[in-house]
Amino acid sequence: MFDIATQLFESEDVRFGPIDYEKDPEIESKWTHNAEFMRLYEFEPARPLSAAIVKKEYEKLEKRADERKNLYPFMIRAKADDRLIGKAVIQWIEWTNGNCMIRLGIGSADDRRKGYGTQALKMLLRFAFAELNLFRVTAYIGEYNEGAIALLKKFGFTEEVRRRQALEREGRRWDLLVFGLLKDEWQNQASV
Amino acid sequence: MKDLFRGELVRLTSEEPELQAKYEARWQRDTEFHRLADSNPAELPSEKKIKEWLEKKIDGGSKPERYPFMIRALADDKLIGFMGLWLNLMHSEVWVGIGIGEREYWGKGYGTDAMKLCVQFSFLELGAQRVSLGLHAYNPRALKSYEKAGFKLEGCTRQDMLREGKRTDSFWMSVLRDEWLQMQNGVIA
Repeated sequence: MFDIATQLFESEDVRFGPIDYEKDPEIESKWTHNAEFMRLYEFEPARPLSAAIVKKEYEKLEKRADERKNLYPFMIRAKADDRLIGKAVIQWIEWTNGNCMIRLGIGSADDRRKGYGTQALKMLLRFAFAELNLFRVTAYIGEYNEGAIALLKKFGFTEEVRRRQALEREGRRWDLLVFGLLKDEWQNQASV
Repeated sequence: MKDLFRGELVRLTSEEPELQAKYEARWQRDTEFHRLADSNPAELPSEKKIKEWLEKKIDGGSKPERYPFMIRALADDKLIGFMGLWLNLMHSEVWVGIGIGEREYWGKGYGTDAMKLCVQFSFLELGAQRVSLGLHAYNPRALKSYEKAGFKLEGCTRQDMLREGKRTDSFWMSVLRDEWLQMQNGVIA
């Protein structure tokens, strides 16, 4: 089903693109002023970031990706108008073990529940398994992130570890879940 | 108050970079040791290189997130291994990694004793809510040791390692503050 003409970065409604240093910092800066997005995307403390700081973060990210070769960041854009709607990354790649960690976020609430995340995750997994030739993909999710859990389950991920009370948020403890998907599970699921 | 850095078999120390580098360079040559302790490929860094890494860490100062210890046997004061703690300040979680490099000290309770000190230090000094670690499924001795120190299995990431051409799993364990306090039967003099 995968031939050389398959476009890895194009889906029905969204595409992966490189960072646009002119336009993207301002948009991502807006997302960071929404604590909900930050808390779903990060386990680090949420904090608003100015466009200038976001731009610096992009520079650091690209430098790291270039030096370490274990990191592939993507910007998710709506195909209709090339507008930035989210970001995704394959990181912590262990080449000798064929393992990696993925993260994906749709920045604005208006762009959620429209199938963009599903299309982006499909591309991200195809890239991990069919382009990077990795053996498994791992994802960490807070138990409060029901949308992400449903999305991973839809793609055949297995909940492998329940790290009891590993997160502190909203004045209480939450479990952190580790999900895994193996290459053959992805292949079986992709052919359905 | 308890002596947090002294157990029944070992004590936790901070060593001079030169001495530590000498030991670590020797331990690194033991690939069985490396493969039990690590998921990366075995490497052979020079004593000089290791010393430089250690000195760089010293230059960074003693950060509130990082607690690197060396392990000495109480009986003969021999340097036998290392134990590193990393504290996540926001989530009050400690991650720990340990290695007993001196093979004659394997399977005799030294690592377990050090892990007990780690857990005690994390809860009584660092204010942690949980202590976490990972291990390879092909390391049953470590599993037993961690269980003795109070850790419980939380799950298994399937086939996330490739060693000797074979896929193997990793185990994830933790001990929670409340669990540990109960295990002490309320006795923490």
